[in-house]
Amino acid sequence: MRSFYISFVSEFYKSRKTLAFWAAIVLPLIICGLIALGYYYDSAKVLKYNYPGMILWFKYSGAALGVMGMLILPFYVMFMAFSVNNIEHKNDTWKTLFSQPLNKFSIYAAKYAYAVALLFICLFLFALLTYSTGYLLQMLVPKFTFNDYNPAIILSKLYGKLFLASLGILSVQFILSLIWSDFLKPMGIGFVGTIMGMITGSVGWKYAYLIPYSDPTLALGSSAAAKKANPESFAVFTQEVWVSIAYGVILFIVGYFILTKRNIK
Amino acid sequence: MNTSFAIETVGLNYRFGSQTVVKDLSLQVPKGSIYGFLGPNGAGKTTTIKILLNLLQSSSDKVFIFGKELNSNRTACLKQMGSLVEQPAIYAHLTGKENLINRCILLGINQRKVAEMLALVGLTSAANKKAGKYSLGMKQRLGIALALIADPELLLLDEPTNGLDPNGIIEIRNLMIELAGKHGKTILVSSHLLAEIERTATHVGIINKGELLFQGKINELHDLSKPVIKIEVDDSAAALNILSTTGAEIIDMDEGLVKIAYTGKAEMGKYNSLLVNNGVTVYAIYTEKKDLEHLFLDITSKN
Ligand SMILES: Nc1ncnc2c1ncn2[C@@H]1O[C@H](COP(=O)(O)OP(=O)(O)OP(=O)(O)O)[C@@H](O)[C@H]1O
Ligand SMILES: [Mg+2]
Repeated sequence: MRSFYISFVSEFYKSRKTLAFWAAIVLPLIICGLIALGYYYDSAKVLKYNYPGMILWFKYSGAALGVMGMLILPFYVMFMAFSVNNIEHKNDTWKTLFSQPLNKFSIYAAKYAYAVALLFICLFLFALLTYSTGYLLQMLVPKFTFNDYNPAIILSKLYGKLFLASLGILSVQFILSLIWSDFLKPMGIGFVGTIMGMITGSVGWKYAYLIPYSDPTLALGSSAAAKKANPESFAVFTQEVWVSIAYGVILFIVGYFILTKRNIK
Repeated sequence: MNTSFAIETVGLNYRFGSQTVVKDLSLQVPKGSIYGFLGPNGAGKTTTIKILLNLLQSSSDKVFIFGKELNSNRTACLKQMGSLVEQPAIYAHLTGKENLINRCILLGINQRKVAEMLALVGLTSAANKKAGKYSLGMKQRLGIALALIADPELLLLDEPTNGLDPNGIIEIRNLMIELAGKHGKTILVSSHLLAEIERTATHVGIINKGELLFQGKINELHDLSKPVIKIEVDDSAAALNILSTTGAEIIDMDEGLVKIAYTGKAEMGKYNSLLVNNGVTVYAIYTEKKDLEHLFLDITSKN
């Protein structure tokens, strides 16, 4: 446990000056910031529709969720999984990392957990910023109806679901980046996977949920469908979320075996 | 296992695919020694060091660190070891100081050691520069600082003076002597050249093509490098008597065989006639051709 904690702290220390870390913070800031600005400057246009509070929140959060869930999220996950591993490939530091008096599993688990943590931070910030900028807009433009509905539950459920549904992609990309030191192989596979996921996910292929890359799209889709009936009661743990979690768990274990069997050259 | 050794390997083998890189290697590195691990390029030095660090997997009961079996005591063994393997592994996007701090985090040691280490390897003024922008020698110095920061009992240094300027080389030599002499540390240091380590090493192991050709104290190596005259005679006791009067240096004696130090062709002829004139039958007299010789030339040559 101590080994794990130490390695986790070190992962943070090492990567705190890298793009992967800052992107987890800057990405939500930029996207939510831009959407908020758009709503502020185009408030007249939005107000014209006279949305009730709940619908306004849906529209507002949907803007970030749509961009994020479909496109940016898979690419961020690919890049971040690459970066967390590449920091060792690039500097040829696997050998030092594994010659420290730390349990091998802890070193590996900490790296994996750090990648998961970055994803969590990124999505958490999205939810938080959507929430807070909504109320900020309300203060700036009193005619908005953000005050009429509290989106806390629905936002945390949606982003929580998106987070879980992304674990599959994260673990696939994590393993690819662990095995290969170059940029192209994991990125290429991830890119093709993402396109495939987008297509199969939106076309509604029966087995799309088995492809980790389509799980975020499907997760958002299934919530959107359910939302119409009763907004707050959509299920978080749907089929594609379970599949994604299963991928996460299985590949986490597989990755460890790859690492222990492999010699560090 | 014998606990007077800091490192002991017992018939260690290692292969990369079909190529056997380490053959039946039995290293014995005494505690407190500076062990020069010598061999030409591709001899298997780095591979051996990686095995000692459990980076490359060895079969069990082959490697012992301070008497403990490596595979089953991995963390306990690594706790006592500091290492520098090939090019120093440093995070290029972090400063020298941050690299050391990161190591302190991993080792759970006080970060006060960082400044001390930077001063020790002469990097204090470059502490806040990105390590990626360091010169080759500066990187090597940082690598050495990283190996030393945990104050390990056993240091594995793979060509530590690679890329260092003459001053740096002398500093590292003195540092090694101080660590072993004053602090009782054990150091295994690999090199291509005997000249590079002969003034610091107390023990030497010579490896070529994965095989250990010589292992022992440094002065034993010096003895070995002297050419030898072998004389096959009918009565070695008598021959020994006669030869000792001439002041010849007797190296070894066996039934029917006497070995003496080679000093020149003229002396060789003199010994021969002296023996014959005194009634000893000389079957053969020749200088010994040593297997080590070629390799020895390689590692002892200065360039
Ligand atoms: N990762 C690897 N895969 C395959 N063969 C390897 C690998 N690493 C080393 N070898 C081979 O093992 C042999 C020994 O290499 P090693 O690096 O141990 O030599 P060395 O004694 O350290 O040489 P040098 O003085 O050049 O550093 C070489 O023939 C090399 O080609
Ligand atoms: Mg080497």
